[in-house]
Amino acid sequence: MAAAAPPLKDELDIVIPTIRNLDFLEMWRPFFQPYHLIIVQDGDPSKTIKVPDGFDYELYNRDDINKILGPRSSCISFKDSACRCFGYMVSKKKYIFTIDDDCFVANDPSGKQINALEQHIKNLLCPSTPLFFNTLYDPFREGADFVRGYPFSLREGVPTAVSHGLWLNIPDYDAPTQLVKPRERNSRYVDAVLTIPKGTLFPMCGMNLAFDRDLIGPAMYFGLMGDGQPIGRYDDMWAGWCIKVICDHLGLGVKTGLPYIWHSKASNPFVNLKKEYKGIFWQEEIIPFFQSATLSKDSTTVQKCYLELSKQVEEKLGKVDPYFVKLADAMETWIQAWDELNPTKAN
Amino acid sequence: MSQFTIKDDEVDIVIGALQPDLTSFMEQWRPFFSRFHLIIVQDPDLKGELKIPEGFNLNLYTKSDIDKVVGSSSNAISFSGYSCRYFGYLMSRNKYIISIDDDCIPAKNSNGEPIDAISQHIINLTTPATPFFFNTLYDPFCEGADFVRGYPFSLRSGVECGLSCGLWLNLADYDAPTQSLKPDLKNSRYVDAVLTVPARTMLPVSGINISFNNELVGPALLPAFRLAKEGKVRWETVEDIWTGMCVKVVCDHLRLGVKSGLPYVWRQERGNAVESLKKEWEGVKLMEDVVPFFQSVRLSESAVTAEDCVVEIASSVKEHLGPLNPTFDRAAETMVEWIKLWKRVRAN
Repeated sequence: MAAAAPPLKDELDIVIPTIRNLDFLEMWRPFFQPYHLIIVQDGDPSKTIKVPDGFDYELYNRDDINKILGPRSSCISFKDSACRCFGYMVSKKKYIFTIDDDCFVANDPSGKQINALEQHIKNLLCPSTPLFFNTLYDPFREGADFVRGYPFSLREGVPTAVSHGLWLNIPDYDAPTQLVKPRERNSRYVDAVLTIPKGTLFPMCGMNLAFDRDLIGPAMYFGLMGDGQPIGRYDDMWAGWCIKVICDHLGLGVKTGLPYIWHSKASNPFVNLKKEYKGIFWQEEIIPFFQSATLSKDSTTVQKCYLELSKQVEEKLGKVDPYFVKLADAMETWIQAWDELNPTKAN
Repeated sequence: MSQFTIKDDEVDIVIGALQPDLTSFMEQWRPFFSRFHLIIVQDPDLKGELKIPEGFNLNLYTKSDIDKVVGSSSNAISFSGYSCRYFGYLMSRNKYIISIDDDCIPAKNSNGEPIDAISQHIINLTTPATPFFFNTLYDPFCEGADFVRGYPFSLRSGVECGLSCGLWLNLADYDAPTQSLKPDLKNSRYVDAVLTVPARTMLPVSGINISFNNELVGPALLPAFRLAKEGKVRWETVEDIWTGMCVKVVCDHLRLGVKSGLPYVWRQERGNAVESLKKEWEGVKLMEDVVPFFQSVRLSESAVTAEDCVVEIASSVKEHLGPLNPTFDRAAETMVEWIKLWKRVRAN
């Protein structure tokens, strides 16, 4: 029996940030090998990171990033996995799947290995339903449908821009929660994919994430984190709040739920606390900002939306801390860099 | 997280009896119902005496009870069919009400054991809801879960839960067109989650398996929206959908939560989707008009109770939907009558 060709084989890039090694790829080989990898090597550029044989890849270290972006490389974080967004920028594909190097293949309750990439692709290729909640979750999944009372006029759904996967074993908790519950493990397999409703924000984790670059790519900037920055572990959160506001504005969908991966490494909660500390307080100002952010009717592309948002960040969050003025600036730099590297998509 | 225990006498299980013999239904639920007080309301259109097994602590209400209490306003409010359960809500003096359709039995978990839907509803109602920010690990208050990184700390205490919407295995609550197109479509997927439906997001609330905090939202669970040819199978009604949207608006306004997910019940076959489809499809068209209204209705700051909210919604329905169809006009009037009835019954 001939196996079906891997879906979106030539239309999807897998972006992996790493500072250690890529040993985890061995477990993913059956699922990832057909696809092109973009490795973003963080930290010391003189170190060689070996990519396991048989993978088709491009690898960028800090020197490469500086060379390619020139002065604009200031917007790409150093010593933080936020640097992964450089991979989004240089990709030439329509879809991106990004995964952390401490994430492995999980098993479903029947013991079968989960092909996370395949599930993300399914999520991205069928519509989202942000305008009305379906109580049986994703109506486009096999074995489900829209329930009684779901408006017929809303059953076509909208294009899906983002697919947010989850994690078994080590859950994505913040430092305070990790400190209080160091032994808690996520063992609950929730067999659902659902659309996050319009107008609702969520914490987007970058560990197991896929998105449509054409629909939302320019908004997937992971901010200024790590070396020389006052904050860490808020890169994906920041991107998640930005993309949700923009997706809501442009009528795009964001899904969460399946697939699960197995998250193996619990990072040091004390180190995390130092990184997150300011974020925990700033979050309280940031969330109301995003919850009330509105974009103008003239912002009809992702870039326009993002630039409009960056101005609002400077104006409203700049008062919270000068970091946000720097961040707003970096958001602009990111868009300039994106447009330069992706000329046909620029407005 | 400390477990919140409630007294059994704070719960009423309200069953609308649309079939004459409740023996099988009640025997299957006995292990989970027997601790609690039951209110059974017989569909006033159902003739004859109901068959109910012994050994339950229950009150039974029939057409004559309804006529006695509702009296002169029986012109406006009909308790026939699925709406008979609202009379049970009216009569209840307890804080938590759980209601399940009489064609549902306990579902089984992966070990083959029957699931205690009552306990799960009570857990849902007595643990906080989180409508202002989505938690990607679903209910943060359940065992083995918590709020994820990035969830604002100021929102982690949550708000009280007003309504808990359960789900169904086997015959899911699909509408007649969907079920007719896919006659073999059964729901066999058990999704092990409870989640809060975010504020200002509307959802289709199915009356098949629900529970609510009667003290906080009771008046908003109302019999108001009747189709001209409303029938005795769920495919031929949308009354719960209307009520559900009212309750969601009320909860959003009063900063209460609405949960959806567990528990599952096992819903048995009844009726014929194609037959229901043949009847007039007035309901479907009407509901399309209704959705934009409910998505945008906003209540005044002076509406601080569920009663206040319902009255304001009714007035808004009359103003904005009334002109579109007389059914909406009637619904608005019925809502106002219901609140009057609610207050009158409570005062006695």
